[in-house]
Amino acid sequence: MRFYLSLKDMLLINIIKEIGRYTAFIKRIFSRPPKHRVFFKQLIKEMDALGVNSIGIVLIISFFMGAVITLQLAYNIELPIIPKYTVGVGARDTMLLEFSSTVVGLILAGKVGSHIASEIGTMRVTEQIDVLDVMGIDSVGFLMLPKVVALVTLMPFLVLISMFVGVFGGWLAGSFTGVVPSEEFIYGAQYAFVPFYIVYSLIKSVIFAFLITTISGYYGYNTSGGSLEVGKSSTKAVVVSSVQILLFNLLLTQLMLT
Amino acid sequence: MIEVKNLYKSFEDKTVLKDISTSFKKGNTNLIIGRSGSGKTVLLKSIVGLFTPEKGEVLYDKKDFLKMSKDEKKNVREEIGMLFQGSALFDSMTVEENVMFPLDVFTNKSYEERRERAMFCLDRVNLDGAEKKLPSEISGGMQKRVAIARAIALNPKYLFCDEPNSGLDPQTAIVIDELIKELTIEFNMTTIINTHDMSSVFGIGDNIIFIHDGEKHWEGNKDEIMDSGNEELDNFIFASEFLKKIKR
Repeated sequence: MRFYLSLKDMLLINIIKEIGRYTAFIKRIFSRPPKHRVFFKQLIKEMDALGVNSIGIVLIISFFMGAVITLQLAYNIELPIIPKYTVGVGARDTMLLEFSSTVVGLILAGKVGSHIASEIGTMRVTEQIDVLDVMGIDSVGFLMLPKVVALVTLMPFLVLISMFVGVFGGWLAGSFTGVVPSEEFIYGAQYAFVPFYIVYSLIKSVIFAFLITTISGYYGYNTSGGSLEVGKSSTKAVVVSSVQILLFNLLLTQLMLT
Repeated sequence: MIEVKNLYKSFEDKTVLKDISTSFKKGNTNLIIGRSGSGKTVLLKSIVGLFTPEKGEVLYDKKDFLKMSKDEKKNVREEIGMLFQGSALFDSMTVEENVMFPLDVFTNKSYEERRERAMFCLDRVNLDGAEKKLPSEISGGMQKRVAIARAIALNPKYLFCDEPNSGLDPQTAIVIDELIKELTIEFNMTTIINTHDMSSVFGIGDNIIFIHDGEKHWEGNKDEIMDSGNEELDNFIFASEFLKKIKR
């Protein structure tokens, strides 16, 4: 007797297979940590490549987004009974709750994710990963653990920088254009401040950093072929990690804020 | 010494290696030759453990690698040096860092001791003055030498070379062959080389295995190969008109 699977069943089986492989990949990252001396050398390198090198883009985007959010809010709040300082409240909460963690996460999924996937993918197709395997080094742990630790450690700092610069950008835009007086914005930025919003954002950033590094590493590591496939893996890594960030953002918001 | 017994390896429904049995002697340059796609690389990668064969045995000094525990395999792997077809140097590391890499990972020596050993290996492959350069800044021949230096850094018992001459001009190819031969004798290694380069076959072929369609068709040395009597091997060796004329 023969069984035929429908397209839906096959898709489901493939998704389950992929999740299984990804889980096994994550297990290998933590299974055999490399020698301390080698690990810390790699960690410093990765902190520079993944974290420090991302400060510039985070600064620019956060500054302009903070400025735009402030101007948009100011132009949309036209009722004279609504005080001007609510613009400051709105800009602050938007930056703290959503922008600084989720949008910075999406930006880093593009920048860092493609970097990791293409780096590991190139190492795979040029047999550099085989070199590690032949030497008896667990290539997944050796290559991935420093990247995961580096981004998980530094992403909360990037998010804090983004929060500060975003609110600063909003204040500067409001003051320079005259739509929100400086004192009103500063008062609003401090009004009814909930410190948990920062904690919530930082927790999200840690999870997003983990998703970005592991998903990108997974696609890079499983590349086969040549440069064309490296490009495909890189694109896939960015798309999948972006979608996962949005999905986990929804889950975490539901879990932590409601 | 490395022995291979009744090795089978398939990919999906295609059997790439069929009942391969042979031995590779210590202090010799053992060559695996055959056409592209004949199964040479699969055989080499099955011996070093990058592929897992379905059936058979791979014996490193009488111990079956396929039945070893993780730790035993790790110990064997520390005694393996491998030169890959495209050199496979780490792009982000300098020449010196590439050679120091196995020493960083596997030894507890001080930085000075590790550097000294790396410089010795680079000197041994006649590569002075390039230690601070990145792999992308040196020629293909120099990259092969760096890869050889990295492969011998830990003083391995076994050296594997996957088409060491690919992409090199004939003169540089001979230099690399002679270097591998010298190092094999000097360090008393079991060296296995995958090649389809005839100058390697006639130059350094102490022991030669000819693979055709995943099967071992002939085994011998460089002095016996001309009179093998094996049609497939003759077709492989005397593929060009020039070589056919020499044979006549």
